[in-house]
Amino acid sequence: MTGSAYTGPLGLAAGAVLACAVVTLWRRDLRAVVSVLAVQGTALGVTAAALAAHSRDLGLGVTAALVLAAKGLIIPALLRQIVRRDPGSRETAPLVNVPASLLAAAVLIVVAYLASGKITALAPGTAARLAPLGVATVLIGFLMLATRRKAVSAITGLLLIDNGVALTTFLLTAGVPLLVEFGASLDVLLVVVVLRVLATAMRARFGPFDLDQLRELHD
Amino acid sequence: MLIYAVLAVPLAAGAAAAVPWRRWIGWVTAAANGAVLVLGVILATGVTRGHSQAAAGGILRADALSAFMVVVIGAIAVLASCQSVRYLSAETGRGACTARHASLYTMLVQAFVSCMLIAVLAASLGVMWVAVEATTIATTFLVGHRRTDGALEASWKYVVICSVGIALAFLGTVLFYFAALHASGHPAGSLNWTALMAASPRLDPGVVRLAMGLLVLGYGTKVGLAPMHSWLPDAHSQAPAPVSALMSGVLLTVAFYALLRFKAIADGALGPGYPRVLLVAVGLASLAVAASLLITQRDYKRMLAYHSIEHMGLIALGAAAGSPLAIAAVLLHILGHGLAKGVLFLASGEILLAEGTSEIAGVPALLSRRPVLGGIFGFGLVALLGLPPFSLFASELNMLRAEVAAGLGWAAAIALACMAVIFAAVMAHGRHLLLGQAPPQGSPAATPRIVAVPLGAGLLACAFLGVSAWPIQPLLHAAAQVVAS
Repeated sequence: MTGSAYTGPLGLAAGAVLACAVVTLWRRDLRAVVSVLAVQGTALGVTAAALAAHSRDLGLGVTAALVLAAKGLIIPALLRQIVRRDPGSRETAPLVNVPASLLAAAVLIVVAYLASGKITALAPGTAARLAPLGVATVLIGFLMLATRRKAVSAITGLLLIDNGVALTTFLLTAGVPLLVEFGASLDVLLVVVVLRVLATAMRARFGPFDLDQLRELHD
Repeated sequence: MLIYAVLAVPLAAGAAAAVPWRRWIGWVTAAANGAVLVLGVILATGVTRGHSQAAAGGILRADALSAFMVVVIGAIAVLASCQSVRYLSAETGRGACTARHASLYTMLVQAFVSCMLIAVLAASLGVMWVAVEATTIATTFLVGHRRTDGALEASWKYVVICSVGIALAFLGTVLFYFAALHASGHPAGSLNWTALMAASPRLDPGVVRLAMGLLVLGYGTKVGLAPMHSWLPDAHSQAPAPVSALMSGVLLTVAFYALLRFKAIADGALGPGYPRVLLVAVGLASLAVAASLLITQRDYKRMLAYHSIEHMGLIALGAAAGSPLAIAAVLLHILGHGLAKGVLFLASGEILLAEGTSEIAGVPALLSRRPVLGGIFGFGLVALLGLPPFSLFASELNMLRAEVAAGLGWAAAIALACMAVIFAAVMAHGRHLLLGQAPPQGSPAATPRIVAVPLGAGLLACAFLGVSAWPIQPLLHAAAQVVAS
């Protein structure tokens, strides 16, 4: 753990992941949200790459490349196709308005720092100290899922949670074994493909729709 | 070798199903899943006598617990794939489903079964996670296979909620890994269950507490434990019957198997107290939710789905007790519930096919109008309500005994009260469905043998295990030793 040459970029990239999460709450234009997700995926990949370069860990380097490809390029491209078919797709009426969401995000970031105390105490390294950024991203993902009503917003929430978990993983453990990382990336990719198919099918059937219109099934 | 065969046979059948669907392909997949059952029994005999087996350079591993789960998966997959032949013949027959759709269905079912097998045979908890997440992907389109509004809505909710849950489970897994890295000091740690078990006394308690909480939330979502259960009644009621049978009968318990593995590590790190509190909380919540929503249920497939939430709650309570007796009872319950719930969902698919409605009010007096089908459904309900001679009676009794012995008598008492409410509610629904006021009509309708024979066999197996569990007693005992505290 020597040298600010490593700490600087690492902190910057990890911070960018959280910043992107906050921006997705702020922007209502879903096309912009998808672009922010691409930036977040790239920042996540850069975080992994910085860790890999520092520890000269080839496996983590491969992981970084995987993340950059999947989360920086492929998944945003898949999402862009949903949004493009739906011009003017905006999160018009979220259940909680944007200023209140941003305020809630600030609270969640504090909660994340409090909740991660036990973890950061165990391994007082540069990387582990940044772990609350990942936890905060997960919590903001939950906020997104709970308060937004468009299908793309729900997918965004899911991806925020996933990116937050991935960031925490990189910072705490310098990456899980490569086989697991590969499987996990593939799973996320397939989940997005599945959700895209479902979103397209629902749009074909219901027209432009909000998720709270789905109420055929209830008790 | 055996482990490879267990995985290769269902995958090969899935690959064979790529050609346009014919009836014989359905029978080929049924035979392949039968082979999984047989191979599972051979594997179980081997590991019960000797030690665990490894394969694929240590990525795969089978101990008695894994082998037991392979047997459970194989048994219910055979029943479901026999019924899939019936479902696909009926759907293609009435033009609701093309041959291409039918082969996609068959391939996805085989992929689903294979993912569950990988999950229980994985040595690494990370690989297990990947496989459990893959089951969600494989089943999403199966849930939506009937392509109605409801099916589409159910599959959306299913994949979103379960993916969130499973992401939390990944975070929990990573925290265990982090604790292990810190405990060992090795730069290259291992996510293998055996390695984590060996390291468990040295894991940091604070981190393990957080991790176990996330895992109960995360895998608990896939198990359908309250309050993370909301996807379950929708998905299980909208999916085609054979898929419901697999999801309710085995997928839920495969996710619970993951929790059992992690609970054993957490027990080592923290002592049994903390995991017990978590499992009792979600277990009792599940029982309460199931009891309150079963009373007013109007749809028989949803009734079965809520019944699954009840049984997962019972299993969670049993696991909370944690003694070898309790775990053996939990495992017997997993098998018995799988068989009984599988049979009931498959029978409900046949009822839906014959009657065209899933409303309880729409299908009165089944016993006089369709004696064989009604009889199967009736005996299935009797099994599921935990009455003798079926194995669920023995396993529920043993779980309650173990809970009292572990000082959880109060929880057992609450569970019994919920079970009494559920018993009354399901009896009322069942009485209408089976007896009720029959509309005037001609002679009773026959039930095709393709339905009656496998389902009857499933019920007989469940009853046989209840009367005498000796064939699997050594296996249950060995499997319980693996994770009991």
